[in-house]
Amino acid sequence: MNAPRYSRGGRPRPVGSAVDLYVWYAVRLSSLALFVLALAHFAMTHFVFDPADQSAEWVRQARWSSVALRALDWGMLMAVLVHGFLGMRTVLQDYVPSRVRSLSLGALYALALILFVLGTQVVVTLPMD
Amino acid sequence: MSRGSGPLASPQRLRNYPSYRGGEGMVAWAFHRISGIGVWLFIILHVIDIWLIGANPEAYDFLGQIYSSPPGRVMETVLGAALFYHALNGMRIVVMDFWPALTAYHRQLWRIVWIVFFALGLPGAYIILKPIWEVAG
Repeated sequence: MNAPRYSRGGRPRPVGSAVDLYVWYAVRLSSLALFVLALAHFAMTHFVFDPADQSAEWVRQARWSSVALRALDWGMLMAVLVHGFLGMRTVLQDYVPSRVRSLSLGALYALALILFVLGTQVVVTLPMD
Repeated sequence: MSRGSGPLASPQRLRNYPSYRGGEGMVAWAFHRISGIGVWLFIILHVIDIWLIGANPEAYDFLGQIYSSPPGRVMETVLGAALFYHALNGMRIVVMDFWPALTAYHRQLWRIVWIVFFALGLPGAYIILKPIWEVAG
């Protein structure tokens, strides 16, 4: 086996595990989408508008007034779930003792599923004027 | 020579030094992990608060008042800093992971991260925090 590749910031491209390699790519590719989507979202929420003006009524009437806007936010939700939860998978694998590792990973994926359901439900079912 | 200064630190002292490789790379990694976990925690809250728009709009509006209160704005500034650092250093990681030759320039990339972070982040923090003293004053 090759020596681990040197990496100053991330971690070396995994060798020996196909799953780890797919995760490694998924985290990096989703990061490219989030660099645009999440930063634009933060700028829209805090610089273009202000949190004080964004009531539930405003979200329903303006922010989510079209299918395209909702699809964009749902896409961002998918990217952030992939990126955040696969990133946390790596964090747990680094720190959690092996005897509770599969339990903690199961809880992590269950939480991801719950957020997937909640986020998808509201973006699909919130009435549109 | 005083203890622990200069290039003559003993191997024993170096072993005790709480670092991995040391230098910019380790600090970049530590900040990246801490900011990533912080943003992940906020994402859990954020998906739930958006879900409340449908399930309980009054509760969402109440949370929105907390977000836009002075302490909420300070927290949002911290969130923005964590998100922005994670995004910028993340691009530094992607650049080095996909073009390993550029790892030779990791210190220059690290400086670019901080220049962009403060050049755009300080005006951004000002915009988020401004309503605190505009309302108070």
